[in-house]
Amino acid sequence: MAGMACLDAILKFKPGFEVKVLSEEPYLNYNRILLSAVLAGEKSVEEITINTEEWYRSSGITLCLNTRAAEIDAQKKIVTTADGMPHPYDRLLLATGSVPFIPPIDGVKKEGVFTFRNMADTAAILESCESAKKAVVIGGGLLGLEAARGISNHGVHVTVVHLMDRLMEVQLDAVGGQFLKREIEKLGIDVLLNKSTARVMGEARAEGVMFKDGSIVEADMVVIACGIRPHVELAKTAGLKINRGVVVNDFMETSDPDIFAVGECVEHREKVYGLVAPLYDQGKVLAATITGNKGPVYEGSVLATKLKVMGIELFSAGDFKGEEPDKEIVSYQDHAFGIYKKVVVQNERVIGTILIGDASDANRILEMIRSRALVDEKRQRLLFDTPPAVAGSPSDVMSRADSDTICGCIGVTKGQIVSAVRDNGLKTFSAVKTCTKASTGCGTCAGLVQDILKAVCGGEFEEEKKDVLCPCVPFPKERIRTMIQTQKIRKAQDVLDIYGDGVGCSLCKPALSFIVDEVWLGDHEEDRSARFINDRVHANIQKDGTFSVIPRMRGGVTTPSELRKIADAAEKYNVRMVKVTGSQRIDLLGVKKEDLPKIWADLGMTSGYAYAKAVRMVKSCVGTDFCRYGTQDSIAAGIRLETLLEGLYTPAKVKMGVVGCPRNCAEATVKDIGLVGMEGGWQVVIGGAAGKIVRSADILCAVKTTEEAFEAALLFFQYYRENGEYLERTYDFIPRVGLEKIRRETTLAPEEKKKALLERLSRARAKVVNPWDEHKKPAQPLQFSDFVLPKDADALMGAH
Amino acid sequence: MEKGWRVVKDAELIPAKEGRRVKIGENEIALFNLGGDFLAVDNRCPHKEGPLADGIVAGKAVFCPLHNWKISLETGCALSGGTGQVKSYPVKLKDGKIHIHV
Repeated sequence: MAGMACLDAILKFKPGFEVKVLSEEPYLNYNRILLSAVLAGEKSVEEITINTEEWYRSSGITLCLNTRAAEIDAQKKIVTTADGMPHPYDRLLLATGSVPFIPPIDGVKKEGVFTFRNMADTAAILESCESAKKAVVIGGGLLGLEAARGISNHGVHVTVVHLMDRLMEVQLDAVGGQFLKREIEKLGIDVLLNKSTARVMGEARAEGVMFKDGSIVEADMVVIACGIRPHVELAKTAGLKINRGVVVNDFMETSDPDIFAVGECVEHREKVYGLVAPLYDQGKVLAATITGNKGPVYEGSVLATKLKVMGIELFSAGDFKGEEPDKEIVSYQDHAFGIYKKVVVQNERVIGTILIGDASDANRILEMIRSRALVDEKRQRLLFDTPPAVAGSPSDVMSRADSDTICGCIGVTKGQIVSAVRDNGLKTFSAVKTCTKASTGCGTCAGLVQDILKAVCGGEFEEEKKDVLCPCVPFPKERIRTMIQTQKIRKAQDVLDIYGDGVGCSLCKPALSFIVDEVWLGDHEEDRSARFINDRVHANIQKDGTFSVIPRMRGGVTTPSELRKIADAAEKYNVRMVKVTGSQRIDLLGVKKEDLPKIWADLGMTSGYAYAKAVRMVKSCVGTDFCRYGTQDSIAAGIRLETLLEGLYTPAKVKMGVVGCPRNCAEATVKDIGLVGMEGGWQVVIGGAAGKIVRSADILCAVKTTEEAFEAALLFFQYYRENGEYLERTYDFIPRVGLEKIRRETTLAPEEKKKALLERLSRARAKVVNPWDEHKKPAQPLQFSDFVLPKDADALMGAH
Repeated sequence: MEKGWRVVKDAELIPAKEGRRVKIGENEIALFNLGGDFLAVDNRCPHKEGPLADGIVAGKAVFCPLHNWKISLETGCALSGGTGQVKSYPVKLKDGKIHIHV
């Protein structure tokens, strides 16, 4: 990563360089910081790849993947690779990074023991997660905790074992360690401190770990994350000066004038860095040196750490302990909210900080440390900057100084972003990322970068298309859901007023209506004017302005008395057509709006929601009651499933089917959710379709009992409700999110996660009422009314 | 039919940001409450005669419920979807009553 960042800088100085890159790994260079996001299932391998093959080609770089450099002959200036090939050089750049430190523990070579450093490690851990039940992570530092969270996301129970008396002792004081431990435990991860691991138990495979005190933790996988050491083996063959790392001076030169080094493999002023920001600083200096523009010097970096664990904010930088008498500590602790803030001041200057629970001030404080500015009048607002008027409003970031660091990973200031946008006429976030590299590290500053972009280019700003709900509310879809949640917004119009243009359109108004309903489990402020006409009058508008009425007929089962009522109503209201639908129900077509409440009263049935982005129906076959081949009672299961879910709104319509045997007479395998009965159990299938797109459903799981089948179906249903994008059918949702992830988050999720999903579903279901009851009491006086005026002249006013 | 101001009784009960049909003989007008202000246009979308009164209101425009054309309620012109125009009618509020000039 450091090497490639440096290369990028070299090409800017001197595009004519002939460059060859030797890489031991078989992957294009990727963002190593985000490996934990890949492990957690939050990002794909493609998403963390930094430079494409096309980039190498167009930059004229020869890329040799899977090619390990074995030896350097500094006299002859030749690198020999493991395959025996010589690669001559004029100047050589070492960016060999680091290797995991493996403490002296017996049995680390056993199967099921992993390190967590590169893509191959990550892939191996992910594979192991599929079958493992329990994992032990040895090491409670940054890497260990990120690994623990990643593994626990896959439904594996994780115990973190740490040698020291607190987690992340390199970055935290004792109080911070306690706060962090509580946050980690809240994620369902066990933490054991003061534990020295003696050996990995088991024969060929890991079965657990034993500690020096004789106690044992069982596990079917063990991850060692005890820190890293500079990878110096290659440098040794060149005879370079090496202490802990390859020794470099302020120009990033090694002891050989034609060999340079950068990144985690180097030692500079007796310091070795294992974090990303210094690597970029070094890269810039080195690029100048190596291209003959020697001048800029590297003076060391302020160490800053951000924990990238979803749901935990943690930031630590500089001298965060402040133990010496001439140092002052300003701190704030809120145990209930899990917030700990600490700033260390020396000689009226901020020299270090710890932020847990709320790290929104991280860049501001880091900038105070880096600039060594006097605290003076800021003293009283050290821990809490003046709150921004509206979260995310562009003005609050624009009021910062140009020298303020926005992207802490890469070290990009506000001024650099502003001038990059101005000078190059950038309009999109991805263009800013490519040009400035801001937000290409951990990505937490994405919002700030976008705010700057918006403020500078004004109306020219172009939102990345795929992410945004609608031009009226120009925020990524998942952010809107978070904003609604955190800002406690219960009405669609309020979202438009606060975050949008205040007006909205026919796309975002129904979308926002759905999201507020879904987020607040039906306990929202319903605004009918933001809904499509179908949802205002609970019927489906037809091309001539009349409506179609489809009563609920659970499982496609009806009775003679229901059929009689339907026939009578059809005659009474001159229904133009009575149609049996593809969903095993009956459609009354051509009903006038003003007749809707009357026909509902006569029918006395529940709305079938055939007009809404909501639960439609459950089709079923006759099953064991009548069918010679039936193996499961598909009728009862179908009726029950429909009863459990009816009346709930969804991102897009949800059609379901239950069949009693694999002959699949009710076509469950082309439904959004299907239960397929078989001898001794059910298959639960999801994401099928037989509309514009025909897609065979994916198997979510196979279970023995009908109850288990319902649970799986309900888990997926609620997960889709919460994570599907508005108008996104399950057949698009599943490929986007990935079937494996969906399994991990639903049927394979930890029990408490499943319970929470089902609990939210049942709370939302409890709020459902039959909308056709509005025939008794309309939602408002003119809900179904039209006005009819006499056309004679007497009706004219004021003309006389 | 003689032209002039006609009162639409109870039209003030139209919920904000919604529309309703007003039938006068052969004419069918869509009357909208924009939150105090009232505007009226012909209730037939220039595209396929969709009932504009049933559309979603956005600012001073409405989206046709059939195929999502956007029609200005001030000028009657199609703003997106295609080109076309519907007739618009003067509306006034007098003595607490909504009047349309037809």
